[in-house]
Amino acid sequence: MSIALDFDNGSLVAKRKLKNSIFKVGMIILSILTVSPIVLIIYELIVKGFRQINIDFFTQNPPDTFEAMMAVSAGEVIPGGILNGLTGTLLMVLMASVIAIPVGIMIGIFLYENPGKIYSNIIRNLTEILQGVPSIVLGLIAYLWVVKPITGGYSALAGSVSLAIMMLPLIVRSTEESMKMIPDTLKEAAYALGVPYHRVVLKVLIPSSFGGLFTGILLAVSRVIGETAPLMLTTLGNPMVNWDITKPTSAMPLLIWEFYNDPNMVDLIWGTSLFLMIFILIINLISKQIAAKKKIN
Amino acid sequence: MKSENITKTLLLIASVIVVLISTGMVFSLINGAIPTFKEFGLSFIWSNEWNPTEGNENYGAVPFIAGTIITSMIALVICIPLSFASFLFIGEYFKGTFIANTLSALVDLLAGIPSIIYGLWGFYVLRPFIVELGLSPQGFGIFTAGLILAIMIIPYATSISKEIITMVPNELKEAAYSLGATQFEVIFRVVIPNAKSGIVAGFILAFGRALGETMAVTMLIGNANVVPDGLFSTGNTMASVIANQFGEADGLKLSSLIAIGLLLFVITGLINGLGKFIIKKLS
Repeated sequence: MSIALDFDNGSLVAKRKLKNSIFKVGMIILSILTVSPIVLIIYELIVKGFRQINIDFFTQNPPDTFEAMMAVSAGEVIPGGILNGLTGTLLMVLMASVIAIPVGIMIGIFLYENPGKIYSNIIRNLTEILQGVPSIVLGLIAYLWVVKPITGGYSALAGSVSLAIMMLPLIVRSTEESMKMIPDTLKEAAYALGVPYHRVVLKVLIPSSFGGLFTGILLAVSRVIGETAPLMLTTLGNPMVNWDITKPTSAMPLLIWEFYNDPNMVDLIWGTSLFLMIFILIINLISKQIAAKKKIN
Repeated sequence: MKSENITKTLLLIASVIVVLISTGMVFSLINGAIPTFKEFGLSFIWSNEWNPTEGNENYGAVPFIAGTIITSMIALVICIPLSFASFLFIGEYFKGTFIANTLSALVDLLAGIPSIIYGLWGFYVLRPFIVELGLSPQGFGIFTAGLILAIMIIPYATSISKEIITMVPNELKEAAYSLGATQFEVIFRVVIPNAKSGIVAGFILAFGRALGETMAVTMLIGNANVVPDGLFSTGNTMASVIANQFGEADGLKLSSLIAIGLLLFVITGLINGLGKFIIKKLS
């Protein structure tokens, strides 16, 4: 590490200072450029999408192509809404959470209780590998595991399985990380009172790391709620509201994909995308808020 | 004592689920890909023909492997300067200030936007822009896809690098400053050399993300089953060909798509493993 210093040569110092300032300005410009897409995307969604969001948007199914075409040619807002997508997303994310949250928390506790063992390290590495698997591959997996052998066709269950596999590593990790922050004395105090192990888990470990667990769950939900690729391979879509987990079901991102591919419905993508984006933003803000509060305490 | 054992066994069983999912995944993908490898042998991996015409079927993965690697490389090249600027902004120049926290939150938010919304924005905003610049008549192609991928992977590269550079000891930086070094010199001679491997690992993991992105790429790459021959030519990635052709696939074609999924799984696994390995060595 040699830093060229030349105190006699004023022009060299000036040159170095100039280089320093130019770099700083360039860095600030590039940083602003980096985050500008998010502002531009949200702007685009609001400007084009807000007209679509009204009561019908939440209470009705999408129109068929013909109805949409008539509305567009008359210069009106396309009638109908995304009720089938809303209920489908709700159903599948709920089911995925029911599968992934308990299992994920249990695995997280296992890793926290057995930190140094070889077996734990294998589990930890496998979890990390799972986290890196592209979502489209998880779609293929759910197709091979559920669509073909269990439901015999595209189904909400298959979609939930692919989303659950996606959520699992995130929940395992956040559980382990937030349990590590619990002071050992808390656990020891419970043991000293003769509390049985399962009650230590339920009454000490989970409550005292609840903030971290909840943040992890919210982030996992916000990750999977906008996933499109695995659902294309597993649940296909449905023009009607469907609560039967063995039948094809719609979801908000799938609706965006359908509208995008139908020239008559194309205006509907903006309202749906805006709503999905607002939803994800709110989940992110809540989890940030919880994380910040935990730091203060 | 007994209830303790029951609880511990339950936790152990839960952990086995991870093993079952991962091994089951590899097994199912290989099992699904067997018909393809039986028909074409290993030449599936280096054949560049993709012909679904019935009776004349011939499948090769090269166009998609090439498309995946090229788009991800374009994304990485664009991502490097942008992510460099933003992690220096957050972790060095404005460390701890309100504006740095805001920028950091915005960068994190980039990771939260669904792929399909990036695709829409790319299609309706970025693509016309590229057409206007006269770079490509339709605006579709590997460059457009790489550009949108770059925006999508910035948060992954930035979040790791900013953690690593804040861990560079202050004493080192202060020593350089006391010798009269400018901030620019401190960054390039002290901060970055000390954080080098962490930064590299961040970019490798970001690259791994880019390999598997599906929707945004599918909407922008132009979906041509050929090896791309220029920066603005159309192509297809492994993920986008699965998304595009899965709906009407059965038999040998379905098996070939699963084989592509297997290859994608292996490639992303290797890249992610490399990144994680470097990070583990650091800590």
